[in-house]
Amino acid sequence: MAEGAPLLREYGVYSSIEGSNPSLSANSTPQKRAAAYSFERAEMNRLDELEAQSIYILREAYNRIAPLSMLWSLGKDSNVMVWLAKKAFFGRVPFPAILLDTGNELDEVYAFRDRYVPEWGLDYINAECPGYDETDPTLPKNARAAERKTLGLKRIIEAHDFRGIFLGIRRDEQAVRGKERVFSPRDESGDWDYKDQPPEFWDQFKTDFAPGTHVRIHPLLQWTEVDIWRYIQRERIPVVPLYFAKDGMRYRSLGEKDITRPVKSDAATIEEIIAELESTKEPERAGRVMDHDSEDAFERLRAKGYM
Amino acid sequence: MPDRPIAAPDAAAPLADAVAPGTSRELLKIVIVGHVDHGKSTLIGRLLYDTGSLPDGKLEELEAISRRRGMALEWSFVLDAFQAERDQAVTIDTTQIWFKTAKRDYVIIDAPGHREFLKNMVSGAAAADAAILVVDAAEGVREQTRRHGYLLHLLGIKQVAVAINKLDLVDFAEARFAEVSQEITDYLGSIGVTPSFIQPISARDGDFVAKPSERAPWYSGPTVLEALDRFHSVTAPVGQPLRMAVQDVYHFDERRILAGRIESGILRVGDTVLLSPSNKTAQVRSIEAWNAPNPVQAHSGQSVGITLNEQLFVERGEILSHEDAPPQLSNTFRANIFWLGHKPLQVGKTYKMKLLTCEVQVTVHKIESIIDTETLASRGGEEVVRNSVAEVVLKSRRILPLDEFHVLPRSGRFVLLEDYDVVGGGGISMEGYPDQRDALTVRSTNVYSVEHRVTPEARILRNGHRGGVLWFTGLSGAGKSTLAMAVEKELFAKGYQVYVLDGDNVRRGLNANLGFQPEDRAENIRRVGEAAALFADAGFICITAFISPYQSDRDRARGAAGENYHEIFVEADLATCELRDPKGLYKRARAGEIEEFTGISAPYEAPQDADLVIHTGHSDVETCVRQILDFVEKNFTLSPSA
Repeated sequence: MAEGAPLLREYGVYSSIEGSNPSLSANSTPQKRAAAYSFERAEMNRLDELEAQSIYILREAYNRIAPLSMLWSLGKDSNVMVWLAKKAFFGRVPFPAILLDTGNELDEVYAFRDRYVPEWGLDYINAECPGYDETDPTLPKNARAAERKTLGLKRIIEAHDFRGIFLGIRRDEQAVRGKERVFSPRDESGDWDYKDQPPEFWDQFKTDFAPGTHVRIHPLLQWTEVDIWRYIQRERIPVVPLYFAKDGMRYRSLGEKDITRPVKSDAATIEEIIAELESTKEPERAGRVMDHDSEDAFERLRAKGYM
Repeated sequence: MPDRPIAAPDAAAPLADAVAPGTSRELLKIVIVGHVDHGKSTLIGRLLYDTGSLPDGKLEELEAISRRRGMALEWSFVLDAFQAERDQAVTIDTTQIWFKTAKRDYVIIDAPGHREFLKNMVSGAAAADAAILVVDAAEGVREQTRRHGYLLHLLGIKQVAVAINKLDLVDFAEARFAEVSQEITDYLGSIGVTPSFIQPISARDGDFVAKPSERAPWYSGPTVLEALDRFHSVTAPVGQPLRMAVQDVYHFDERRILAGRIESGILRVGDTVLLSPSNKTAQVRSIEAWNAPNPVQAHSGQSVGITLNEQLFVERGEILSHEDAPPQLSNTFRANIFWLGHKPLQVGKTYKMKLLTCEVQVTVHKIESIIDTETLASRGGEEVVRNSVAEVVLKSRRILPLDEFHVLPRSGRFVLLEDYDVVGGGGISMEGYPDQRDALTVRSTNVYSVEHRVTPEARILRNGHRGGVLWFTGLSGAGKSTLAMAVEKELFAKGYQVYVLDGDNVRRGLNANLGFQPEDRAENIRRVGEAAALFADAGFICITAFISPYQSDRDRARGAAGENYHEIFVEADLATCELRDPKGLYKRARAGEIEEFTGISAPYEAPQDADLVIHTGHSDVETCVRQILDFVEKNFTLSPSA
């Protein structure tokens, strides 16, 4: 059962159409083609659909918003995002990739960065985040670690006057992220007014803004965790090895050293990870301590500009 | 705690079928709509629970939250993730969540029912393949039921199931179910929507959500889940005419790639494609890809990049089609719209319209009718207020490629913006508006020659001279600009209406979007020719100072201005020009810094029959200016001086 779909894709032959309607062959005359019009649907794989949609979003932002950059956390999602950008722009990532660096990322994450910045030809910005002493002391303890990133993001946006930032968040990660728009405007302080979000439909994204606004663009919003892994598998996208189980533990979500924990798992290959995700009910961010401090912890983080 | 025990999810809760690596299961996007408090969020919570889709601990968390608030278990809390919403107990934004059945995956877009949140409802519902319309059995069809039903119709969602909810509150009375069924069927029928299923359910207790129930033995139809599994996934249609909107044009390397998404149909390498509204044709040379061989064809739904066999000037917003089934061209069209703006839509007002990747200003020409979604009565009016729907006639400033929404929904729909925000959306209806493509003599515009009330003769009498174009052509450094500016000064002093178009004033605005690729240069010259022709029409002497190396480009400029066009060859040999090199361009071209520089690495086609040749290599500026002034005197003055 394994090989059919990827092989077809590799040859760029979307042959289900060709096969199901011989009158649509390459040498048909326009008249024949007109006569063959019907409501036939393309047999488009879900991953193909997600990929096409994400590429559309990346290109839309690149055309409408400048200067632009991409947050590259080096996690699986942001690697998929870089990969999609290379597809969208035919091998290039025509904007900077930013790591919000607290100096506290896992060692394997830094190693991954050092290898793939040159290999992927990234215009890389290392954005150093402010220390704990600059965070809001009324926030729960672990949320303050997250706030360092929020502050780091605000500073890098100010320093480069970025008008648009790509982020690899997904709607299925967390209920509050489920409310996000693909193009999500932020005011000067970076705040998110989730009660008055602009309408977004028919892929007509908000690309016109009052001065002082920047927009967060979420090309992966529709993807699920399993979609990400299936795509990594299909495209052979490199990821930080910490995702694969060692001694019965693996990281399902990568964060900083002191606030991210591995979860129990024996999934040591992509196939095993996918199988695990198909059956688990454990939430993805279970290992991210900061989300669980209080009922509305994540919502408060988001309203303050967290990713 | 709930007054009925919650049944544990079916032990044989549907498990996902195994899927081949690198593929994923089919996904159906559904939206759940209906009047406020009729139980949409509750139904979603229940669907998640019954399909075993709640993360571990979520049910306990919900029970704890509900208990803290002194309420029975509220299924809707699953979705109402925001603190604010819990307190208000209304859903304020759309949320997307996933569940699966044995057949496929689902994403539910929770569409809020509260009236003031209509824009969020539209944001959610517009993306759906199918809809569940929830109606409270006790309350029956209400305002929002009708409004949402009508919006589904406006948004083009054709697969609709009606869930008549809270049957437990009416003791599962069959007669009440029949009554509400009739009410909703009548309403939907009147707007051309036929529900695929009508189901009696209790979302709170789970009757007919995932499992049948003995409490309504008179119902033998499918459960909500079974109904969903019978809907079809609405992927982009390949069997329809080709439409691809140009999203961007990339010049990252030697390739010039037109990027865009195929909205419908199939595109193949070798196809002849028609670009609208510019009405140019070209052949598809390649479909480009990264990290994979270039495909030979692509179809609807795919984001692609293509190259053409001709270096056409193509802009974002153009629509590619095949020649045999192009979009209609018009600057006037009818549309069914829904209005979300705080300020009403009014006749005479202008909005930005986005249609695929095309952005254009449109003016409301006429409001044909405003439709009351409650009664479906239509009336006339001068404005359309927030949350209304209407049929309007819009006019754009330029001609647009348009498709009928009910035939090609993806290229037949648009949004309207005021200030920075989307304030409405709608579908195009071309009924009564014939295609202007063939009616036009000049194929690329729908501009009929304007009947000026001021005649050309009147202009000539007023100005004392004819209008016309002095088209200077010659190598860089030949002296075109120097001469143009000197001649302009002299003519102006003599009382002529005169103006110079050169790279400086044209590239800054009119042609600011053009680069220096060959096709952009050609477009640059084309626009200069057209602009110069307009100056000539207005009675001016328009001097243009561009290298314009190609005879074909100059002939096009001559075509635009007609008999008023005079080609003046400003001649100096290459060595002289290179020696002058006023802007240092030859030096840079020789160093390889400028590609395709005329005279060095690109040809200059000298005019064979110029109206005047000025040899700047042999004469001083004054003599040259004198020659041109004599020419003007001879050709433009009514009564040449004796």
